[in-house]
Amino acid sequence: MDAEITLRVDGQRRTLSVDTRTTLLDALRERLGVISPKKGCDHGQCGACTVLLDGRRVTSCLTLAVAQDGAEVTTAEGLSEGDRPHPVQQAFLEHDGFQCGYCTPGQVCSAVGMLDEVKAGWPSHVTENLEEEPDLDDEEIRERMSGNLCRCGAYTNIVSAIREAAE
Amino acid sequence: MTDVLTEDPGRAPQRLDGPDKVAGTARYAFEQPVDGPRYLHLVQAGIARGRVTGTDTSAAEALPGVHTVLTHENAEKVNAGGELAVLQSPEVAFRGQVIGAVLAETPEIAAQAAGLVEVTYERHPHESTFGVDDHRAQSPDTSSPMVTEDLDQGDVDAALEAAEYTVDVTYATPPEHNNPMEPHATVAVWEDGELTLYDSNQGPYVVRDVLVPIFGLDPERVHVVSPHVGGGFGSKGMPHAHVVATVMAARLTPGRPVKCALTRAQMFPLVGYRPPGFQRVRLGTDATGRLVATEHSALEQSSRLAEYAEQSAGASRDMYVSPNRRITNRVVALDVPVPTWMRAPGEAGGMYALESAVDEMAQACGMDPIEFRVHNEPDTAPTSGRPFSSRNLVTCLRRGAERFGWAERDPRPGVRREGDWLVGTGVAAASFPSFTIPGSVATVGYADGYYRVEIAASDIGTGARTALTQIAAEALEVPLSAVRLHLGSTAQPKASLAGGSSGTASWGTAIVQAARAFRAEHGEHPPEGAETTTKSEPDPEAGKYAMNAYGAQFAEVRVHADTGEVRVPRLLGVFAAGRIVNARTARSQFAGGMTMGLSMALHEHGVVDGRFGHVVNNDFAGYHIAAHADVGSVEVDWIDEHDPHVNPMGTKGIGEVGIVGVAAAIGNAAHHATGVRVRELPLTPEKFLTDG
Ligand code: FES
Ligand code: FES
Repeated sequence: MDAEITLRVDGQRRTLSVDTRTTLLDALRERLGVISPKKGCDHGQCGACTVLLDGRRVTSCLTLAVAQDGAEVTTAEGLSEGDRPHPVQQAFLEHDGFQCGYCTPGQVCSAVGMLDEVKAGWPSHVTENLEEEPDLDDEEIRERMSGNLCRCGAYTNIVSAIREAAE
Repeated sequence: MTDVLTEDPGRAPQRLDGPDKVAGTARYAFEQPVDGPRYLHLVQAGIARGRVTGTDTSAAEALPGVHTVLTHENAEKVNAGGELAVLQSPEVAFRGQVIGAVLAETPEIAAQAAGLVEVTYERHPHESTFGVDDHRAQSPDTSSPMVTEDLDQGDVDAALEAAEYTVDVTYATPPEHNNPMEPHATVAVWEDGELTLYDSNQGPYVVRDVLVPIFGLDPERVHVVSPHVGGGFGSKGMPHAHVVATVMAARLTPGRPVKCALTRAQMFPLVGYRPPGFQRVRLGTDATGRLVATEHSALEQSSRLAEYAEQSAGASRDMYVSPNRRITNRVVALDVPVPTWMRAPGEAGGMYALESAVDEMAQACGMDPIEFRVHNEPDTAPTSGRPFSSRNLVTCLRRGAERFGWAERDPRPGVRREGDWLVGTGVAAASFPSFTIPGSVATVGYADGYYRVEIAASDIGTGARTALTQIAAEALEVPLSAVRLHLGSTAQPKASLAGGSSGTASWGTAIVQAARAFRAEHGEHPPEGAETTTKSEPDPEAGKYAMNAYGAQFAEVRVHADTGEVRVPRLLGVFAAGRIVNARTARSQFAGGMTMGLSMALHEHGVVDGRFGHVVNNDFAGYHIAAHADVGSVEVDWIDEHDPHVNPMGTKGIGEVGIVGVAAAIGNAAHHATGVRVRELPLTPEKFLTDG
């Protein structure tokens, strides 16, 4: 069964008809040609497909496109303004927070979403004191970013990039 | 040969493809724009051995949007063997083998239809597991260039008998799966007898040269395009079954591109893996702790469909002195998928066993493990007698010891406790051969104020695009911004594959030689359109020296006293790998290798269910790879090493040496923490919960 939906993707209004089984990830990649979110597992287990959906980070492979009619989707491509990378992307470049680059757009979107969660005072599994504002140390960054796998093993550089971008 | 990278070895430009990668606009194979593609979904065998007796495709074919269901009954006959003989017979050699493929208008329809294909089988008994003293063990085919002969120098048994101290230990390693983040994918376009493949691989020409005879094609009419590759770690070194199936489907639908991406689960049986094995190491020393005997025998899994023989015992050939030495590699062929290269094949597993056994040996002698290694350092390569082109293992160990604070270490195991955690430190050595493969072709041209450099190299995340541009700029004596490098496609001249950590050395040599020839031909001020193409010459010194990169791996480990959970707060690797071309990307490669080593030590285990012959935990939920929270501090350092013999740049490969020795360092540290010696990877909690 097909259904017509409208999404705002990286600031652009896109109307398309999708198979109701189509994930947001496949709608972006295969239907709209938006390749920034990557498919690493299609099961919500790697984070490569992370996008910001109405401002919050989600794994787009676990999101059905048909359920997102009217949603605002931001990919890593949409985070940069023209040729100017987002501060998180700039920090990834400086800290070499990637190698093959396949997990990278997902790491970047996840980091941007995560920093907003911290600003909003959300605790994580490793937050000691739930009464206070979380203090974003390396352990917090690692915990909060653990949904984004990197087989190239760029983790330490990703953590330093995020730490710098957070400052 | 003279060094070309003479000035400022610490230069470290950012990755040239960085801006595209952080935005996600760098196009990987599946993302290449093609018009009106169809999608291919593979159908896999549900038995481990036997034959397909019937395939009912009617329900699949009746689904709107399905174009074709390929099976062995209707697939074209091709000239292929082993895992590439796709759909050529009803025989099933392993569970998960490709026995069909559905071509449909959308990925959803293709996947649904694949599930509707009804297959009946004649089941044959299968064997998919083996044991340490397996009677099916056999010698691998030594005519393969990847396989070395057994070695038996001196009299190992007599020397062990006479030795003052001995150890006799067996280490077990599980199946490990490469799992690059980008699943294997290929897009095939067949049009007017011309094949274009957008493919994820470690060498476009390898793919072309494998496919040409299979389909009887004209090599000039096969194009493989792979500008960006999302990791490979060996599993994309050779094309696998899905590439053949996709080309078959494309040939049925001229003009319509066919896209095929493996699912994560499909990658477990279809793209190779590091085979599981058992390694027995027997060592003996004299009263001073000098090795008098070394025996390393490895038994590893292979496949009945095609042999792959991991050379794990080879790790002990040239590492330490030992007048008596026996090295044997054996395989057990089972009804399982064909293993393949995985980052540091042979060394990763082999050095895990050797460097763990060396730790045990040092302890048996009452020696510090660093001093033991220094005491057993050879002057020349022990088995061949050849001089080392350079060997700075001892410097790495000393530098690392200082930086890690080794001097303050209390050698006694199991005596440090911080809260609920037992704390320990460990060390291991790393080594990996330095290959420079001759015969790559590079073109240097000049136009519009830019030097154009073309070579069909691959950047699978190594930073080759950046490092080779640096090498070209250096060789041409022009700024980086004056060089435009093109790689990753058969549109460029032929190059060797990204494997064996040989890329930068081999392609860099080709570029340096082409740049020199270009200057000789066209001078410092080349005319517009000037161009020179050369093929790299073999290094005349290649056979004269033993060439290896070395490293020292240090680990701090914490083991929870009650749960057995193992954490690694700190890793330090100090490497001696010749000239470092780009400090920024090199650091990442070393750290990436070490992180994969941590993952190997603590997490990775493809669990085979012997009843059914498949890996049960075939996704990232079940097959855990190190995530952010698993990785603490990973420090990388290297020494300033000048090796005049390896190649014109003085570089050694750095992609693999980083993983070598890490699992041993972590295991040694875990023993130091707990007093429990676990001889089986991965180091999961239950293995530390013993009475010992
Ligand atoms: S592709 Fe969505 S989490 Fe892996
Ligand atoms: S950069 Fe390759 S998987 Fe993260």
